[in-house]
Amino acid sequence: MKCTEFLKELTDYLDDAISPGVKSELEEHLHWCHDCEVVLNTTQKTIEIYRNNKLYELPETLRVRLHEVIMTKCKGSRQSKKHST
Amino acid sequence: MEAIQHKAEDIVDELTLVQAAKKGDLEAFSQLVKRYDRNIFRIAQHITHNEEDAQDVVQEAFLKAYRNLQQFQGNSKFYTWLVRIAVNEALMKLRRRRADKTVSIDEDVETEDGSMPREVADWSPNPEQLYGQSELGDILKKTIQGLPPGFRTVFVLRDVEGLSTEETAEMLGLSVPAVKSRLLRARLQLRERLSKYFKKSKRGGESQP
Repeated sequence: MKCTEFLKELTDYLDDAISPGVKSELEEHLHWCHDCEVVLNTTQKTIEIYRNNKLYELPETLRVRLHEVIMTKCKGSRQSKKHST
Repeated sequence: MEAIQHKAEDIVDELTLVQAAKKGDLEAFSQLVKRYDRNIFRIAQHITHNEEDAQDVVQEAFLKAYRNLQQFQGNSKFYTWLVRIAVNEALMKLRRRRADKTVSIDEDVETEDGSMPREVADWSPNPEQLYGQSELGDILKKTIQGLPPGFRTVFVLRDVEGLSTEETAEMLGLSVPAVKSRLLRARLQLRERLSKYFKKSKRGGESQP
């Protein structure tokens, strides 16, 4: 297996969405290809870092305000529907 | 992890809330807003890179969902349907702000070069500890913002929000292979860019870019 073939399967390998046959071929490749091993490990870390450090959390005060606005508008849209029918 | 859980009772519960909201129960809809507002805000921020736009997207997506609730058939999960509305709203915002108005989830940007690994130095064992929390956040934001919108949206839905490939495909109106191809390229490009910050230095210490 070539490195380019390994890369093609990388996402399915990380997501554990490959057949046992392909998996063992990939692991065989990893056994002797240090570069692909590094790419695999650092890609895995990339995913973990983004998963563990959630960006853009909604601040609670803003959340409360948004919720009020949404519900007021929903109420308004329901009433205008009633009037129009 | 705060990803949406796919437990059976959640799905039943969601459906009950949707049915009640359809019959005019505003409180039930309020529960749905509370359940998903954080996720929608995060997804919208990732696509638009603009807090004001992300707030608008949250409002507009829920309002649109409410107004069109009768059209929601229940063939998919409410959340899947809601994210689809929100992604479209967010892309519209992005288009308005960008000079070229061609932002699309379908764009298959020529990024093969950016996806081929060039940096193969291993990372420090604990890359997150090299930086303070806010500095790390800035690095992560800057890095993901550099991806084309279609790539970062797929990465956020799959890897940050923890949705399945099939759900992501449904939300974005893409095929499963298209989602997989974007996800692979997004992951590789992020890895490449983060390597600059997280790789081990040759002298054995930690590197600073």
